[in-house]
Amino acid sequence: MEQQQRIGKNGKMLRHLMTPLDFSVEELDKLFDLAEDIKNDPDKYAEVCKRKKLATCFYEPSTRTRLSFETAMLNLGGQVIGFSDAKSSSASKGESVSDTIRVISCFADICAMRHPKEGAPMVAAERSRIPVINAGDGGHQHPTQTLTDMMTIRSLKGKLSGFTIGLCGDLKFGRTVHSLVNAMLRYPDNKYIFISPEELRIPSYLREKLNEMNVEFEEVERLEESLPKLDLLYMTRVQRERFFNEEDYVRLKDFYVLNKDKMALAGPDMMVLHPLPRVNEISVDVDDDPRAVYFEQVQFGVYVRMALIMTLLGLAE
Amino acid sequence: MLNVGKIEEGFVLDHIPAGKGMSIYYHLGLDKLDCMVAIIKNARSGKLGKKDIIKVECDINLLNLDVLAVIDHTITVNVVKDGEILEKRPLVLPKELKDVMRCKNPRCITSIEQELPHIFYLADQEKEVYRCKYCDEKNSEKM
Repeated sequence: MEQQQRIGKNGKMLRHLMTPLDFSVEELDKLFDLAEDIKNDPDKYAEVCKRKKLATCFYEPSTRTRLSFETAMLNLGGQVIGFSDAKSSSASKGESVSDTIRVISCFADICAMRHPKEGAPMVAAERSRIPVINAGDGGHQHPTQTLTDMMTIRSLKGKLSGFTIGLCGDLKFGRTVHSLVNAMLRYPDNKYIFISPEELRIPSYLREKLNEMNVEFEEVERLEESLPKLDLLYMTRVQRERFFNEEDYVRLKDFYVLNKDKMALAGPDMMVLHPLPRVNEISVDVDDDPRAVYFEQVQFGVYVRMALIMTLLGLAE
Repeated sequence: MLNVGKIEEGFVLDHIPAGKGMSIYYHLGLDKLDCMVAIIKNARSGKLGKKDIIKVECDINLLNLDVLAVIDHTITVNVVKDGEILEKRPLVLPKELKDVMRCKNPRCITSIEQELPHIFYLADQEKEVYRCKYCDEKNSEKM
């Protein structure tokens, strides 16, 4: 959906981030260039957001994403307000998202919102006078994770095209997988290998899209056979909260585990990414392998969120 | 044979699949109009076997007929002036539908915030797929 153009309370055109596709390829290039510059010279940006406030409105717990946003704003010299649980917000008294964002717009300059219901940040964006960043809405979108993944690939591999990308684990409910594939489809010559049990295969709309775009992809069940072919391996967790019953979760959660033995089958340059938190789908004995970049990825997440905050506040130029 | 007289000015919705007349009546808000409306159910049709017909004696521009294309492509819209058919208006799938269908996704924000409109956008014109603006869930409601 296209966003409606509105003026924000700072007099500038309001811009939000709801999905990674809200930015064009050119805009993403600029964003990643800025994030790269921040990474190389963080001191240069230490006061860029002085006297600006970020509101982190988290209606469900997510320590890592929230702390990443807060760190990003603090690194830019700004301040942070917010809540980290619906119980400590007015939502517990029955306040709507629309009303909450109208109130938050009076306090802060930019808002990062996480909500268990899909589309809640978009509802907020429609009523907001400040930029709203979707920090995760149920199983729907998590655009800053995708930007983090893309920046990690771009920064460590120097490009975003020409890869054989393996995506493993929960490909049905894993929103990070859907977002990343949708975003990477805009870059040429990438091939995809989807590695999952039958029950957790990619949704049909994504399969249809890949077919329509004549993108090369395969769907396989065994991780071992795919490993030698991969340039990138994106591992995901089987998320308990996406299942309606505990029995299905317990049955499927250990299906795919990456360990040292399996890593021996992969090429010397294959990069392992993971959106974290990891449960047991990657053994700790993989952590010291130089190909495992998932903790580095977290650091890239801070840089890309810093670049995003600056961009949405109109401070990137 | 039941006879319903000609209308002088208004429009006739013809070739409505049998049984959908009343649904269209409510979708178009014809129940709220203070003008003459005739609904003919199960009329004989060479093309469909049976069909419904709705005749409305009011200015066609007062109504939003977008929803008709979503209900069925076979419906024809005849605009009548001075008792004659002035034009046959083609049906086009609207880019957006507001409060016509309801999002059935229990994880969608519209499931808990009652005041929100249910807005669907046309995601695939060829396959006539509409998706919820907020959660992108495909519409599963039969019109």
